[in-house]
Amino acid sequence: MEYLLLVISAVLVNNILLAQYLGNCPFLGVSKQMSTALGMGTAVIFTMTLASIITWGVHKWILMPLEIEYLQTLSFILVIASLVQFVEIFMKKSMDTLYQALGIFLPLITTNCAVLGVALLCIKNEYSFLKMVVFSFASGLGFALALVVFAGLRERYVISNIPKPLQGTAIGLITAGFMSLAFFGFMGLT
Amino acid sequence: MRIVREFTKGFSTELAPFRLVLGLCPTLAVTTTAENGMGMGLATTFVLICANVLISLMRKIIPKKVRIACYIVVIATFVVAVELLMQAYFYPLYQRLGIFVPLIVVNCIILGRAEAFASKNTVLFSAVDGLGIGLGFTFSLTLLGGLRELLGVGSLFNVPLMGKSFEPFSFMIKAPGAFVTLGLLLFVMNYLTSLKRTRA
Repeated sequence: MEYLLLVISAVLVNNILLAQYLGNCPFLGVSKQMSTALGMGTAVIFTMTLASIITWGVHKWILMPLEIEYLQTLSFILVIASLVQFVEIFMKKSMDTLYQALGIFLPLITTNCAVLGVALLCIKNEYSFLKMVVFSFASGLGFALALVVFAGLRERYVISNIPKPLQGTAIGLITAGFMSLAFFGFMGLT
Repeated sequence: MRIVREFTKGFSTELAPFRLVLGLCPTLAVTTTAENGMGMGLATTFVLICANVLISLMRKIIPKKVRIACYIVVIATFVVAVELLMQAYFYPLYQRLGIFVPLIVVNCIILGRAEAFASKNTVLFSAVDGLGIGLGFTFSLTLLGGLRELLGVGSLFNVPLMGKSFEPFSFMIKAPGAFVTLGLLLFVMNYLTSLKRTRA
């Protein structure tokens, strides 16, 4: 039950994009088409879970025993950057179809603040191992959900007649605002 | 005067969140009040100047292939310094900004300036570029924070301005308000630019 609540909270109520404001650059950048949004979403779910597991281990077994927690930011970003590189090489060698689908999104994820943000949140909220895995996976799922829904909306509104100064990012942000408002409706769930 | 130009472009053609639409996460997340926006902007400016200077100094010895990794290490080092400084001197602000202080590391403006400017220019120009872009970013965040604070709380820099009968518009300080306000500000910017263009 506790885990179910955690999932609902991470996917809908505290959606990482729309309520916690993490990962907005790819949100606006790759949401022009449904297919790229799906690819990016999947890549983020995958990397986010993996990155949180590894950074959690780094924090627990390296930073804490040595009492150098202040190096958290520096070590986490290095771990994430090298993890992304490693995943990219590994995928290219052994899972070619997956690489074709997700490959181009992987380098972008290094500077996606959602990945680092979730890793930091897991530490800040002092989650146990299992909770951390569930939380990071659900956060990735929430990211993918918001991205795909937004891409769907965006595919619709590009064909409508938008005043010139509003075109592009401006209308995108306003649409995201209303989506965020809609997600507020889930507040009562937890 | 090239040096003046490098400084002022941070406010005009390369005004980070509005013109380039970079660094959106902190722009949206911490601008619930003008003070938070300004604090975040100044912290980012500090990292931006330091990282630009150091990267510019090392631009000839950093190997091309691993340059992004090197930049990230340099930036992360300064972010850790800012974190420790804020913990020591501005603890309440540090707590309000929360995980967005360590997240300065992944602010694409900083990596973007390192790649696009500091790696090709001398130390002096890089420092000025960092200062200009940073202050432009601070200005944008303070403006957005000020608007949201004024409508959402009815004050500016914690000074009540709207009088007793004002009903705070709590939508503004929540997440949807951030998206909509930034969207409308972009709209105003685009509109003003288009006016200028038709007149010229």
